[in-house]
Amino acid sequence: MSVTVKDVEHVAALARLSFSQDEKERLTHELNEILQYMEQLNSLDTSTVEPLSHVIQLQNVFREDEIRPGVSREDALKNAPVHSEKFFKVPKVIGDR
Amino acid sequence: MQTELTFDETQKNILSGATTCEKVLDDYLQKIDSTKQLNAFLSVFHEEAREHARRVDRKIASGTAGKLAGMVVGIKDVLCMKGKKVTCGSRILENFESLYNATVVDALLNEDAILVGKTNMDEFAMGSSTENSAFGPVLNPVDKTRVPGGSSGGSCVAVAAGLSHTALGTDTGGSIRQPASFCGVVGLKPTYGRVSRYGLVALSSSFDQIGPFAHTVRDAATVLGVIAGHDERDSTSAEVPVPDYAQFLSKDVKGVNVGLPVEAFADGLNDEVRSNVEKAIDVLRAAGASIYDIHLPHSRYNISTYYILMTAEASSNLARYDGARYGFREDEARDLASMYTKSRSEGFGAETKRRIMLGTYVLSAGYHEAYYKKAQRVRRLIQNDFVQAFAEVDCILMPTSPTTAFSFGEKAHDPLQMYLSDIYTVSANLAGIPGISIPYGTDTKGLPVGVQLLGKQFDEPTILRVADFLESTLKGQES
Repeated sequence: MSVTVKDVEHVAALARLSFSQDEKERLTHELNEILQYMEQLNSLDTSTVEPLSHVIQLQNVFREDEIRPGVSREDALKNAPVHSEKFFKVPKVIGDR
Repeated sequence: MQTELTFDETQKNILSGATTCEKVLDDYLQKIDSTKQLNAFLSVFHEEAREHARRVDRKIASGTAGKLAGMVVGIKDVLCMKGKKVTCGSRILENFESLYNATVVDALLNEDAILVGKTNMDEFAMGSSTENSAFGPVLNPVDKTRVPGGSSGGSCVAVAAGLSHTALGTDTGGSIRQPASFCGVVGLKPTYGRVSRYGLVALSSSFDQIGPFAHTVRDAATVLGVIAGHDERDSTSAEVPVPDYAQFLSKDVKGVNVGLPVEAFADGLNDEVRSNVEKAIDVLRAAGASIYDIHLPHSRYNISTYYILMTAEASSNLARYDGARYGFREDEARDLASMYTKSRSEGFGAETKRRIMLGTYVLSAGYHEAYYKKAQRVRRLIQNDFVQAFAEVDCILMPTSPTTAFSFGEKAHDPLQMYLSDIYTVSANLAGIPGISIPYGTDTKGLPVGVQLLGKQFDEPTILRVADFLESTLKGQES
């Protein structure tokens, strides 16, 4: 498996990132180098091994669904780049294209 | 100068009336202000900390002070403090102000620690040299042409340069232990789930853990005792009782079974690092510990497994930085999709983008099973290696890093070489076990060497005991 500039463009679109042509070429080279190293995992037979997603024994924790204080609207808007009195503001999503 | 003392010594002086918290803090603030070129701190709370120190002095006078009264602490800028910026070393969060305290911050404050400032770091804790901070690299105080290690370089240097008694860092793949080794201080990564991650900005949620830097094992143990424990706000924090760690210190090591992973002493280990680590082994053997060769047969897969899973989790965690609700927004964007893309592309640094790309790739359709699931399976094999090893030994000893501190720029342009410098530290995060790095001698250039001890899950007591013993034998040599 080898990563192409086209793959890099596809993954960049998924990750909502954009790169210059130079950056794309460098990333293609770097990702290939890293992924080639990671190919070593294929030498291991793991067909009978269960994936490990959590390292310590945990049980689901339940609690009563009680109302507790949360983040106020004022606080929630405090770090917004652009906001109105009540809402986060973003560029227009629909219409006049 | 108060700043040359450990917390243990300082607290004795404060409680005996020889000095006050306020005077101690002033010494630290002076030193912070005179060593700005190290770039260890991103923000310093001069007035607030002074006010707090005076309050703690009053509590000491009235006999109501907490366990950490007089301790000056630096906080890695990835942990939330209400009303303070939390930049994560990134331009994208340059102006973000925390809405609440991390649980560890509350825990320190409740015991009257004085939080002096927020420390510099690799952007979003991604890096092994602190060269990836958007606010400039941190210098290693031992040799300013060399990196302090990373990603918790600022917290580590705060302690190493005498700018705070202790500091909190985070360790996802070695980000506490590796810098501790490079700068000659103690760095402790607790068991996964030992310390609440509430209020820690997430990098890789199945690996991240908060822990202390300190001058001594005792001071590190004191901080751990305060920050450890279950927290209902972090469902991954474990409901395991927190022991009094101090009771395991100042003990001998007779009968302790120490394992040496054959794989960690093979090729690729710098000779001078090896000879210092071997000295530590000889000291333990002479003191009555039993030393055994052990095998961790899957350790050659550590780096691949770690960087697949870590980048996958990071790419998912960092999806939230889109310029909509908080963080940097590129103003030029005319529509929502380009606002996301432009804000992220401008706001993130090169290494963060590289890891988001790698993580997105291994999670993308067609590669998820081949890379991500595969790595999760190998992670189980790696954890099983440790379970088997710990059936025979009480703790494992090996180097923290294959080399001493490297120079600025040496690995910055070769990501794979940078990743390989984590070869001895990522295993503890993959297996969820605790690890500690303590300074043990220097190489011929005078650069510190770190010895690492790994323990069973929640068995911080054993590694603290052995680390404390090793530390005491070094002090015997110096005096």
